[in-house]
Amino acid sequence: MSGTKKETGFTFTIDGIEVTAYAGQTIMEAADEAGVYIPRLCDHEGLRHQGSCRVCTVKAGGRSVAACTQPAAPGQAVENETPHLTKMRRDLVEMLFHEGNHLCPICEASGNCELQAMAYRLDMTEATKFPYLEPCRALDASHPDIALDTNRCISCGRCIRASQDVDGKGIFGYVGRGIHRRVAVNGENLADTDAEVTDHAISAEVCPVGCIIRKRVGFAVPIGEREFDKGLIGHDIEEKRK
Amino acid sequence: MENGHETGNGVAAQVCDVAPVPDAELAAICTRYGCDKHRMLDILREVQDRYRCIAPSTMDRIAAGTGLTRIEVEGVASFYSFLSLTPKGRVTIRLCDDIVDRYSGLEAVSAIFEEVLGIRIGETSADGAFSLEVTPCIGMCDQAPAAMVNDVVLTRLTPETARAAAEALKAGEAPERIVSERFSSLTPHERALHMVDNNIRHAGEVLLGPVPEEAGLNNAVSMTPAQIITAVEDSGLRGCGGAGFTTGRKWRFAASERAEKHFVICNADEGEPGTFKDRVLLTERPHLLIEGMTIAARAVGAREGILYLRGEYVYLRELLEQVLEERRRRGLLGKAILGVKGFDFDIRLQLGAGAYICGEEGALISSCEGLPGEPKTRPPFPVNRGYLGYPTVVNNVETFCHAARILDRGAKWFHAMGTEGSHGTKLFSVCGDCLNPGIYELPYGHTVRELLEMVGGGEAAAVQVGGPSGTMIARDSFHRKLTFDDLATGGAIIIFNGDRNILEIVEYYMSFFVHESCGYCTPCRVGNVFLQKAIQKFRKGLANPEDIDYLKELSGTIIETSRCGLGMTSPNPILSTLKNFPLVYSAVSKPSKDGIRDTFDIQSAIDGARKIAKRRSYIFDKDFTQ
Repeated sequence: MSGTKKETGFTFTIDGIEVTAYAGQTIMEAADEAGVYIPRLCDHEGLRHQGSCRVCTVKAGGRSVAACTQPAAPGQAVENETPHLTKMRRDLVEMLFHEGNHLCPICEASGNCELQAMAYRLDMTEATKFPYLEPCRALDASHPDIALDTNRCISCGRCIRASQDVDGKGIFGYVGRGIHRRVAVNGENLADTDAEVTDHAISAEVCPVGCIIRKRVGFAVPIGEREFDKGLIGHDIEEKRK
Repeated sequence: MENGHETGNGVAAQVCDVAPVPDAELAAICTRYGCDKHRMLDILREVQDRYRCIAPSTMDRIAAGTGLTRIEVEGVASFYSFLSLTPKGRVTIRLCDDIVDRYSGLEAVSAIFEEVLGIRIGETSADGAFSLEVTPCIGMCDQAPAAMVNDVVLTRLTPETARAAAEALKAGEAPERIVSERFSSLTPHERALHMVDNNIRHAGEVLLGPVPEEAGLNNAVSMTPAQIITAVEDSGLRGCGGAGFTTGRKWRFAASERAEKHFVICNADEGEPGTFKDRVLLTERPHLLIEGMTIAARAVGAREGILYLRGEYVYLRELLEQVLEERRRRGLLGKAILGVKGFDFDIRLQLGAGAYICGEEGALISSCEGLPGEPKTRPPFPVNRGYLGYPTVVNNVETFCHAARILDRGAKWFHAMGTEGSHGTKLFSVCGDCLNPGIYELPYGHTVRELLEMVGGGEAAAVQVGGPSGTMIARDSFHRKLTFDDLATGGAIIIFNGDRNILEIVEYYMSFFVHESCGYCTPCRVGNVFLQKAIQKFRKGLANPEDIDYLKELSGTIIETSRCGLGMTSPNPILSTLKNFPLVYSAVSKPSKDGIRDTFDIQSAIDGARKIAKRRSYIFDKDFTQ
């Protein structure tokens, strides 16, 4: 943020911590800058906010809102890490686990997976009570360098926005409605599109789970040394406050 | 129906081969809508109507014609129930699968259609002549069971009339001819009345009584926009779609927003099961509706308006087009309305394509923009940034009609009716187990019991007020009042007698919400499926008492974290019946005995494996024999 903007800043609190924000900033943007981590899955730095996973739900002014899309307001008291909100978030993360097929032990994203890391952060340590929906979606391995296993997709749409807005391509999009809504590609299959392994949308950073797979690079880093094996998800943001 | 994954609507189905559509014809359709991507719904509707399918090659070329990508076109085509990626029959029969239709004999009627046409529900005949489907509430609950046959509506079906209709269709008769042999010589209004009864049982003072023509608009042209807004504010009018936001305030917000353009949109997408009041207004008071929209346009400075008509009401399209045309001719729409220089306003009709969510303000705007009907992130609110980013007033059909009457008779007149906080009259659409289903225009404040007496609902054991997203009450609550402060309702009153199974009704409503969730946000997309499955467990007698807590907790998460009104209310059938009919749940949930959990049915759990192995389990098979 530039110096001139800082002058028009205002403050509000998140769990009692005073945070500075600027007109037009969302609660999450202000929190990130201040070193307060609000859990999220569909939101990602550099991409448009979508507000669909709802994991970033916070209480602001007594109402539950998505921190990634809700504008910050002067003097507002925001609740973030309360037992109640953590429970809501855990429910949502569990829903995502149950909607798809997430076989963490055999997934190459294990240890680098934001969904898995979020489950650890939210203390999802017991067997869950939700039913498994066990989808059976075809694997798309048509592309020479990329494969898609949408059974692991959590519909965060980060690939859609990255491809549209960063790569200028529009390789991915949502199709269907309700529980059938899913991410699909712009053509018969991925090989039919102009996707390239060098696209931002395909990078490991964009897909939070093991759905977009770059061929021939899997399992290069051993389990135990992967990103979230070293620290909880969000620690990079929280370290800003230390 | 496994996993809540019903067949058909809203499913991104795999596609199959169809005859290619000639390039020139697709180009002509795109051109007819200015090759405008915002008119995608119109383009796809027309392709669907003419070619019965939106095939992949078609999507590629529509994308090229409108400057979109194929996946964007597919996103729209796969969202709406009435659009299809696989070929549909030349005649598509959609039987209305509302709970009221089920209780009125839907099963027998669908059996007749299946028998005569030789196809099952969900199938298309091999020769491509017929498709037979079910669809959620089409707004005909007062004359159920009903069906849509292409754009024609059939009501009060019986096994006999269903057989006659199916046989006539099979013999090649056009659907219109089933309604009337003289169909082609009827006026659009007569056609509507031949298909659908209005069933106006009680006309009130505001909407269904005598209404002088253009009296509101004549007054409005001599008032300033500020005066119009003040009048609507002073009347106490609140939105009649269900949410009840103060109409005058909405108009004030939109009017005060500085922008190049403003828009006025009429929400004629009443999709709440059991609601059909707007259907009656659209048929009997279309001029009053457009008058109200025109007044709103003057109040907020809009020059363009959209009348968004739900796809299920396509049978009213001609009628509404005719009214719009007539008003243009009479100088009541278009340039210099009533001769007032600078008062320009015109309306286009936008047809939906089968999606309940499009009744949600933001989703309705998305749909008008040619997108999948997904709600928008709020803020910004539509009054600040709505259709195409411009300030937009979205009001319900009934609200606009009320506004026109307020401008005629004055704010005080309207304010004096009803109760404090709920002024004026309300249209109630009453259906289910009663003698006189239909439309009742009453001032706010009547009790449910009073209404039941009026409609001949003396045997009511449960009343669903406000449709599935509202509240279901039992006899001990019939003293409650129909007002915003007590039992708020968009108008739907569904009556169930003591023979009806409450859990069956709840399960039906949950499957409705599963079917109609847009799928944008996690809690609504996934959580509702879990709720539906949990209710199935109760119905099968497999529930434990703890499952009641599970229902409450899961409902709480869905309500609190959902992005729009659908998810914020979809658990209501469960929560309101848990509260008002607790015995229904406790009667079918049993504590586990002998350490064996009743919730787990080992027989059905191993059934799949048993079939694959072609071998029985010696341990778990029921009779323990070899």
